[in-house]
Amino acid sequence: MNRINQKLQESKKILSIYFSAGYPSLNDTVQIIEDLEKNGVDMIEIGLPFSDPLADGPTIQESSTQALHNGMTTQVLFDQLKDIRKTVSIPLIIMGYFNPMLQYGIEEFCKQCAAIGIDGLIIPDLPVDVYADSYQSTFEKYGLKNIFLITPQTSEARIQFIDSVSDGFIYMVSSASVTGSQTGFGTSQEAYFERIANMNLKNPQVVGFGINNAATFQQATQYAKGAIIGSAFIKHLTEKGTGSIAEFVKTIR
Amino acid sequence: MSYNVNEKGYYGEFGGAFIPEMLYPNVEELRQNYLKITAEPSFQEEFDSLLREYVGRPTPLYFAKRLSEQYNTKIYLKREDLCHTGAHKVNNTIGQILLAKRLGKTRIIAETGAGQHGVATATVCALMGLECIVYMGEVDIKRQAPNVARMKMLGATVRPATSGSKTLKDATNEAIRDWINNPLDTYYIIGSVVGPHPYPDMVARFQSVISKEIKAQLLEKEGRENPDYVVACVGGGSNAAGTYYHFLDEKDVNIIAVEAAGLGVDSGESAATSALGKVGVIHGSKTLLMQTTDGQITEPYSISAGLDYPGVGPMHAHLFASGRAQFISITDAQAMDWGIKLSKTEGLIPAIESAHAFAVLDEMKFKPEDIVVINLSGRGDKDLNTYIDYFNL
Repeated sequence: MNRINQKLQESKKILSIYFSAGYPSLNDTVQIIEDLEKNGVDMIEIGLPFSDPLADGPTIQESSTQALHNGMTTQVLFDQLKDIRKTVSIPLIIMGYFNPMLQYGIEEFCKQCAAIGIDGLIIPDLPVDVYADSYQSTFEKYGLKNIFLITPQTSEARIQFIDSVSDGFIYMVSSASVTGSQTGFGTSQEAYFERIANMNLKNPQVVGFGINNAATFQQATQYAKGAIIGSAFIKHLTEKGTGSIAEFVKTIR
Repeated sequence: MSYNVNEKGYYGEFGGAFIPEMLYPNVEELRQNYLKITAEPSFQEEFDSLLREYVGRPTPLYFAKRLSEQYNTKIYLKREDLCHTGAHKVNNTIGQILLAKRLGKTRIIAETGAGQHGVATATVCALMGLECIVYMGEVDIKRQAPNVARMKMLGATVRPATSGSKTLKDATNEAIRDWINNPLDTYYIIGSVVGPHPYPDMVARFQSVISKEIKAQLLEKEGRENPDYVVACVGGGSNAAGTYYHFLDEKDVNIIAVEAAGLGVDSGESAATSALGKVGVIHGSKTLLMQTTDGQITEPYSISAGLDYPGVGPMHAHLFASGRAQFISITDAQAMDWGIKLSKTEGLIPAIESAHAFAVLDEMKFKPEDIVVINLSGRGDKDLNTYIDYFNL
């Protein structure tokens, strides 16, 4: 069974962390992943940096730009991760924009992911219909789960369609925003979390965007199976360096 | 072969809507409504009336006598430089603002490179009394100061894009992020035939008035609707799309697209997408795109802010890949020389973007009986600072 499905069957709420590979320094990637697992993080999204990250706010934009400046490329990331499964057993997901994957070659990209032991992909600008038409069979051939986003504006019919195409979890974007731009959740978010929970989808939901402390983590996981933290973790890396990952995780739960 | 968009939003293999889910409801709303709304008689009546009374259409098709003598061929200029606001851009913003109003939107955002689309958007927002926010690269804000001032006078807020190359690509990123953050009340007026479907098709349709008029005007002047050549500069490609639109399926009309070579196609400082680009995804569209082997988008360069874009609209990518259009690229130096030459020969100071198109006359040989229509897409007022610095005027 895929590590994502397995992890989501555990009874606990899932804490997932996103970071930009190659940030703050090019060769920090593996150490950050290992430290996150050691400190009890349940799942990791490894950000493949892109020059033009449309869905991201300034924090992730800047860490991506710095990572590219440090020399991060798709091949460098694969090389860094080649032995990751000797030390890390939690689910690992690569999150990146479509163009770098397209240039690497989708089939070759998936093949490399499978060889490394990557469990899934999140590609914000690959729409679900294009995926279903053109890429689903390739992803499935290599055992990769493709994770789709939904937002408060996503229609019920489309959520049902996304649920039918998904096998892993649904990435619930907390509010209409790019990453890193929210401060706390209000009643409209809670209503949205509850509405989705009541749809009884076959895939569990993990909330992302706007989670930056214990309070927002708890709010997000009141209805959902887990939550993803990105910008807040990257800010912490920027300010405190890679040596204080334990400290960050403790502030969340 | 069809050169128009298919029902799925593709031109051949190019186009589509590669957008984050956050934008899906907005783009889908537009996709479902744009053909229906623009076909309504009340829409067409208002659109045509504004183009006529406010923009000043039809723009003349001017026979450039002295230029024709020099190059021993028949050269006509489509005078989009005479449009209100100084360029063709306003044809599209009039269309889109009418659409935005009918969709009940109250807040308008736009990106701009040279500032022409920003001014055209600020203008129609003032006309309709709607809030207007224009994203513009920090570099472009400096080199297009008069247009920034115009936008401010028209009541728009100009927000600098400070990421990446700080030019058109980055301004577009910021506008898209704004739309993600404001999905309900906001309409994004894209300025070129780029972005996710239906934008490329919608913008091409609004600009197609250019070639519609060329046909009627040429029939009157030459007794035939079709010229031998239509020529336009291509950044994202909106003036070109409008110039080609009604000639796409006319096999006897040669289509010439002129791109900005910057300091030279192989100099590393260029915006010649057809020569340097590979298939990729930018701003929601699969198209030809300047990028590294790793798929990172390359920062383009052209002296002309309006051509300083690393991609090209999917329609043009298809015209290039299918061989329907011939693409040439013109350096800064050639374009700037044409800025002077057109001024001195015909008394027309062109926008630097448009000046690129005229260099086709040096690059290609035309027969005396050929009819060559060049789209003079904008006037050069906004570029005076650049002309002054370049030529020490």
